[in-house]
This record gives sequence, C-alpha cells and structure tokens, in this order.
Amino acid sequence: MDLQFTPEEEAFRLKVRSWLAENMPTSGMSDDREGRDDKTWLARAKAWQRRLYEAGYIALAWPKEYGGQAMDPVRQSIVNDEMVRAKAPYNVGASGLGMLGPTLISWGSEEQKQRYLPKILTAEEIWCQGYSEPGAGSDLASLKTRAEIVGDEFVVNGQKVWTSGAQYADMMFCLVRTDPEAPKHRGISYILIDMRTPGITVRPLVQMTGDRGFNEVFFDNVRVPRKNLVAKLNEGWIVANATLFHERNMLGSASGSEQRFNRLLALAKSITRGGRPLTEDSVFRQRLVELEIRVEAMRFHALRQLTDQIRGKNPGVEAMINKLVGTELNHDLATAAMEAMGDYSMLSRDDEAALDHAYWPYEWMFSLGLVIGGGTSHIQKNIIAERGLKMPKSR
Amino acid sequence: MDFGLSEEQQQLKESARAFLSGECPTTFVRKTMATGEGYPRELYDHIAKLGWRGLIVPEKFGGAGLGMLDMAVILEEGGYAAMPGPFLFSSVLAASALKLSGSEQLKAKWLTPLAEGKAIGTVAIVESAGSIDQRDINATATKGGAGFHLTGAKMFVPYANVADFVVVAAKNNAREISLFVADAKAPGVTIRSLKNLDLTRRVSNVELKGAPAEQLGGGDDLFAKLIDVAAIAVAADSLGGTERALEMAVDYSKVREQFGKPIGSFQALKHAAAEIVADVEPARAMLWYAAYAQDTGAADAERVASMAKARLCDIYSRGTDRAVLMHGGIGFTWEHDMHLWFKRARFNESYFGSPSFHRERVAVLGAY
Repeated sequence: MDLQFTPEEEAFRLKVRSWLAENMPTSGMSDDREGRDDKTWLARAKAWQRRLYEAGYIALAWPKEYGGQAMDPVRQSIVNDEMVRAKAPYNVGASGLGMLGPTLISWGSEEQKQRYLPKILTAEEIWCQGYSEPGAGSDLASLKTRAEIVGDEFVVNGQKVWTSGAQYADMMFCLVRTDPEAPKHRGISYILIDMRTPGITVRPLVQMTGDRGFNEVFFDNVRVPRKNLVAKLNEGWIVANATLFHERNMLGSASGSEQRFNRLLALAKSITRGGRPLTEDSVFRQRLVELEIRVEAMRFHALRQLTDQIRGKNPGVEAMINKLVGTELNHDLATAAMEAMGDYSMLSRDDEAALDHAYWPYEWMFSLGLVIGGGTSHIQKNIIAERGLKMPKSR
Repeated sequence: MDFGLSEEQQQLKESARAFLSGECPTTFVRKTMATGEGYPRELYDHIAKLGWRGLIVPEKFGGAGLGMLDMAVILEEGGYAAMPGPFLFSSVLAASALKLSGSEQLKAKWLTPLAEGKAIGTVAIVESAGSIDQRDINATATKGGAGFHLTGAKMFVPYANVADFVVVAAKNNAREISLFVADAKAPGVTIRSLKNLDLTRRVSNVELKGAPAEQLGGGDDLFAKLIDVAAIAVAADSLGGTERALEMAVDYSKVREQFGKPIGSFQALKHAAAEIVADVEPARAMLWYAAYAQDTGAADAERVASMAKARLCDIYSRGTDRAVLMHGGIGFTWEHDMHLWFKRARFNESYFGSPSFHRERVAVLGAY
C-alpha cells in the first residue's frame, strides 16, 4: 500500500489543473440555464472535447496507433479527478470514449479500429447505443430487431428504444438478430450503423425531467455493409456484454459523488430549521455522515480497482457492484438534498426561487434514470449473485 | 500509487485462513464457548509462536514491529473464524496503549511478555453509562507514593477474567483524562465476570478501590488514538465476519431445495446476498485505507477510522440478519453456527463506540 504519486505524476496533475483553469468554458455547457439550448450546445460540446483531445487529455490509455498515448491508467485517473474537481462539462462523445472504444480495442477488426477510434477521440463522430427494444429491456437477449444478410449487406428492420443521443449521433453500435432459429443468446450480432442511412427514423421521447434526452429509433430496410460487423456473426452477445461492462463502470464511476456530497453539505449548512443550521439537526446530521462514508468508500474502492488494473488482475465481483452502488448513491445524495430543501423542493428548475442554482430537481430525477439505464439495480443484483457468487440461475 | 495488500500481506492472510480453518473450526469455537473463562490457552500459545501476539509490538520489545494494515489482515481472518479469546483486546488495544504512551521501562515490563505470549492485557474504559464518550468516564486517579491509585467501577472489560494487566482510563482532579496500567492481581482490583450474549467475547466488571497503577500518558489525543486503533480492529473483525456469514448463506442456498429447486435460484435470496457484497467490497477498501492512514499518520486517520467502524459494524449487523434469514428456521437454532456471527456482530457494533457515536465523530471532524 502506497498512496504517493510520483513527482512526475504530481507535476502532471498540476499541469492538467492549470490547463483546465485556463481553458474551461465558463458557460453554456453544464447545468446552467444557457446550456440547455440544444442548437448551439452540440457544436460547443464537440469543440470542447476536441480541445481536450488536442491538449492530450482524452483516452490517455488507448494504444498510440489509434490516437491514444498508451499511458498507464494512473494518468487517466488524474485527468478524470481534475475534470471533476474543475466541474468540467461532460464529454459529448462519452458513449464512444467509454463504451464502444474499449469494446472495439478488444473485439474490433484492424480496419474498424483504424476507421472509428480516432474520430471517437476528436468528437468528429458521436455514437449512440442500440440495445433496448420495446420488448427487450432487462431481458435484452430477447431482442427482435432483425438483420438479414443480402449480398454484402445486412438489411435491418425493427425498433430500438431509450436511445440516448440518437437525435444528434453520427453512428450507432447496435444489437440485431441474425439467426432467429438459434437459442436467444446465440443468434445476436453486433453491428455498426451510420445514422444517416436511409430508412432510419429517430423520434424523440420526453423524459420525466422534461428533456428530450432519449429516443425511439425505427429501422425500415436499413442497409448496413457487412464489414460493419464486430466479431463473428451470431457471436454478438459476448461483445454486447463487454460494452455493458464498460458502460456500468462508467455509470457507477465514483468521481462526481464526492463533488455532489460537498454540494449537499454546503446546502445543508445554508438551510436553517428553527433557527439552527440543518447540519445541527441530529437526525439529518447522521444521515449526511452516512452518505459521506459511502462516498468515501467508493473513492477507495475505485483506487483499489485502479491498482488491480495496473497489477494486471482481472476484474472480479468487486467490479460487478460499481453500477449498482454508484448510481444508487448518487440518487440517495440527491434525495437527501431534496429533503433538505423542504418546501423549496416543490419548485422545478425553471422557477427563479429554486435553491442552489436549481441543480437538485434535475439531478434527483436524472440520477434515478441512471439507476435504471445500463441494467436496473435488480438486474445488477442478479449478475452479482449469479456471476459473482455462482448462485443458481433462475431461468 | 498502489492501493491494496502487498504480496506479503496476501500471504499472511492466506496462511492465517489456513491455520484457523485447521485449528479453530466452529467445533473448537463451541468448545471454548462452553468453558468458564472463554480463553483457549493452547490456541493462544500456538498463535504466539506464529508471531501474532506481538505483531504490532516494536522489535525492540520482542514483537514483529508490523503495522495496523498487517494486523487488520489477521483480525479479518479472526473475525472470519469467530476466533474466541482476548487477542484483539490484548495484542491490539493493550499493546497499542503501551506502544503509544508508556515509558521504556513500562514497555519492557508489559509489552515484552505480551509479545512473547506470556501475558494478556486488556483495556478498561467504559463505566455504568455503557459508553466510550470521554464525558462518561468518572474513575479517578490520585497521586500517591511512586505512582497513582485508581478508584472507580469499570464495566464491560473484555477478558479481565484472564488478564495479567489492565490499561485503565481515569481522570485527575482537573478531570483531565489519562491512561494507567495496573496489575490485574493487585490489591484493590476486583474482577467479576458478566454473563455474555456472545460467548466468543467475555466481559467483566473491574472494581477499582485505590488500586496501585502507573501512568502511561495523558490527554485527549492519546485517548482519541486508542479509539482509532480500536475502531480499525473491530472493523477488520467485522469484515471477516460478514464474509463468513455471506459465504455460509450462499453455500446453503445452493443445496437447500424448496418449490423443487435450490432456494438460491430465487431472486429474493440473490438480491439479499448481492446487497451484502455491494456493502462489503467498498468497505473493505475503506478499511485498508483506515489502517494505512493509521500506520502513516495521515491527516485524516481519525476521521477514516471512525468511518470504517461505523460502516463495517452496520454492514456486519445487517449482513448477519440477512444471512440468518436466508437460512430460514435452521438459522435460528443453537446447533447451526450462524448465531456465532450474528451475536458477534452485536458485540462489535457496541464495543468502542456505536456507529452513531462514530458518525458524530466524523461530523465534528468534518466541521459539519
């Protein structure tokens, strides 16, 4: 056990910190009101990711031949920490950076890696995830979107749902059924679809937050070149799970929880009940500490996993809990903030009187969405029990 | 940056697991539970030879000179095995009190025999309030002759019944707190065993009537440091106990059949088990850090020690509740071993400060 960073790593951290201080966009990007205007937001968000990339702060651990720097995971974690600390905006290309990219590095053909990875880094191509369908949510492997092989092409027909970012994505990584006769897990393929292909219709769905965050995507005889197949035909389920593993780690990431907790604590200190700060209410005070302890534990848990990664150890059951614990913790933090605000929690983020820059009403709802997305907490528990503890399958 | 156990610590853990599964199976634990004193002397001779009893005692005084992270590894395995007897109280708490504060002479007098396995020490803090809060300590120390005389009624003192010496918290006329060391056989010391719920943990009342004692050191910082060490030790025992309870419940769920299939195939049981895993894994990392922070004197050592104690004791209680429930009726019997950990979780939760005591400590340290 040694938590010292090397002098080089410390110097790197300071470099990242000062770069962020000088280069971070000051408005129009994050949770401020101005940032919600979609039309100009996308261009700004892409430009920001590109600047980060050019400064050398995107996907540091990726191989050099695809635009990465082949650095050890510590450097990437330093960048992540500093981004959170500086409250830097979310990367618009996150699903490419965090989900498809690592999947392609393991499973993609050389041609696919050359073609797609560099543009993920620069935000030239934004990806969305075509997984869930109206009849295939938790039971993802029952998906029905059909891809028939006709000559050199797949012809895709069907529907995806809850597709975040499909309204502006350039590409989709998509699960399709290529063998309807095979058992459900063995007839699925993983393909890459250009969102501008004729036959694709994107219909926005309004989330409970009032935002158009996700979509329905319809495929009507959509033609996809066969070379866009990742791994082998009908062997897409294992690739899909690789992506899900990366997605769950991304969603359950501990970074961010610490900032949210600090924000919650500051809020609680600023609110008075019966003339005393809420932090002096003995019940609420205990609840705050309990949350802080969970946040801290996840921070240490992430450091442990970073070390395992450096040591070359394969992730075990400890990695299966990230999504479950991380997303529930974030929702619990927001729920505590809503309770702390008392009647002010009745206000939507659009009311001038909303507290704390109206951060919490949206966060409270959105964080519950993440408890569901990427596999609900119930599904995560099944995975932990069946894959981690080897309890017998119920299906 | 390297956050995790070293190879040596991994080996220590594996060898402790192997040793205790051979020498301290539950049949052995139960045999000890049935004795009056609750102290398996042969096992303790054996662990002295392995170097456990002096693990954190400086080499100069006959110990191995290792730190709390190494000790946490052994304590976790002790918790996993529900190892009975005074190990935690003697080799961690009494040893730490002497290590942190005694004169060289007192260290040679008590620490060396402790490390060599010739003496058992314990700590006597709590009184009738049943609380570790410094304000609830009323025992007094008055100067007399070469040393001090202690008067007060200490309660819930672990293994005072078999101890050779007792580290006592008492106050002077100005109500400032200090730690003293008294010979358990000295005049003015009366020890009366209490009837315990957890029979792997024995506690006694220690009545002090002008008992002769020597001062180890004083002040709030020393008292706080002792709480930190205790918090980490109990948290480590709780980690191991939770792991064992989970393992037993999961194993049982794979063989017990109802509705024509193993009960472990039902989601109700899967989710209960998964929730224990989700609790345990981050808390394990937190415990490692708490022990490391103690060893390196990190600025947040006190805060994170309390965090680990609060969290792991909550997890242990909740985890053993669930593990008993997953067993159904058999888990409620005396014959089944599940209640060993169920009861030990309760002991750990209260000993050296409840989770809410430690959370309040975190709040104060964090300037809430």
